[in-house]
Amino acid sequence: MRGHNYRSLYMHELSIALRAVETIVEDLADHSGSVLSVQIRVGALSGVVPDSLRFAWDVACADTRLSGSVLEIEEVPVRIWCEACQCEHTLPDADFVFRCPRCAASVTEVMAGRELEILSVELTEHESPQAH
Amino acid sequence: MNPPKLIEIRKNILKKNDELAQGLRTRFATHGVFVANFVSSPGTGKTELLKYTMARLTERFAVAAIVGDVETENDAIRLRKSGAPAYQVETHNMCHLESFHIEKAIAAASSQFRVEELDLLIVENVGNLVCTSAFDLGEDLQVVLVSTTEGEDKPLKYPKIFDRSDVCILTKMDLAEALEFDHAQMRASIDAVKPGMPVFEVSAKTGLGMDAWIDYLAGRVEEKQAVETPAWVS
Repeated sequence: MRGHNYRSLYMHELSIALRAVETIVEDLADHSGSVLSVQIRVGALSGVVPDSLRFAWDVACADTRLSGSVLEIEEVPVRIWCEACQCEHTLPDADFVFRCPRCAASVTEVMAGRELEILSVELTEHESPQAH
Repeated sequence: MNPPKLIEIRKNILKKNDELAQGLRTRFATHGVFVANFVSSPGTGKTELLKYTMARLTERFAVAAIVGDVETENDAIRLRKSGAPAYQVETHNMCHLESFHIEKAIAAASSQFRVEELDLLIVENVGNLVCTSAFDLGEDLQVVLVSTTEGEDKPLKYPKIFDRSDVCILTKMDLAEALEFDHAQMRASIDAVKPGMPVFEVSAKTGLGMDAWIDYLAGRVEEKQAVETPAWVS
């Protein structure tokens, strides 16, 4: 695994960036061209800090066909479902108190916020030399 | 140059870790092995709690441990004093265990224990409340530990690891009085981030509260053994 070559993985976002790059390289095996950007979805409860992931991205992409690509992160807030009120609420940023803002009941159903997903990549396909 | 084109991927970033973890989970299910993953800050008392837990359970079950640390084999040496085998994983700067660590450790530990013969496999994760929260290890139970010395608002500071864990153990309860530890406030903090989470208050030093924890864990191990191997496990 490529991760073993890196001696400083105190930040687990680097592990996560490396796994994302691996997955994308595999998925693009049948496509030519270079990667311009990568779209990723990160939930507020995923345990991943977007800024740290951006910081790790260039290191993770080095010496791969993703080198120089831009990481675009869609941040997903936590959404909870209150059984008592029968309604959905979005928790404010950095507030992970699982209580319904309307009735104050404890809420255990998390509808969104745990995502850690590669959505898509933007690829530039160079024209083949024969076309000229 | 052609215009850029968007290629849909739609894959979980930790797909490989999760697939490997799922493979381990199937393997553990085939052999009726209950797996518990213990996470906490450094110094909360995971090793002390686990040494005590393993010593108590080793008469009833075949128990072994895999312990992750950045460096040194010290914790495995301490855990072996329980009488049960323990295998040390040195992560060399990685701040958490991933499922590949567990797979490699199981293979490498075969001279100490055979995973197929176990009832209970304990995983002591690297001391870290942030990074350990993202990686599935194929466990049945994740236990988060907090000590009385860490402050009653610790769960509020690290909600993600609580969201991911199933059970909380409050350690070093023998110090509670000296520290003027506020039980009600700690319970309220836990309940805010993980409503209904079972909590055990223990001291590995005095044995306080340990019976309830040992009974709970033994019950979970027996529960798994009672489940017949599902038909989809070949």
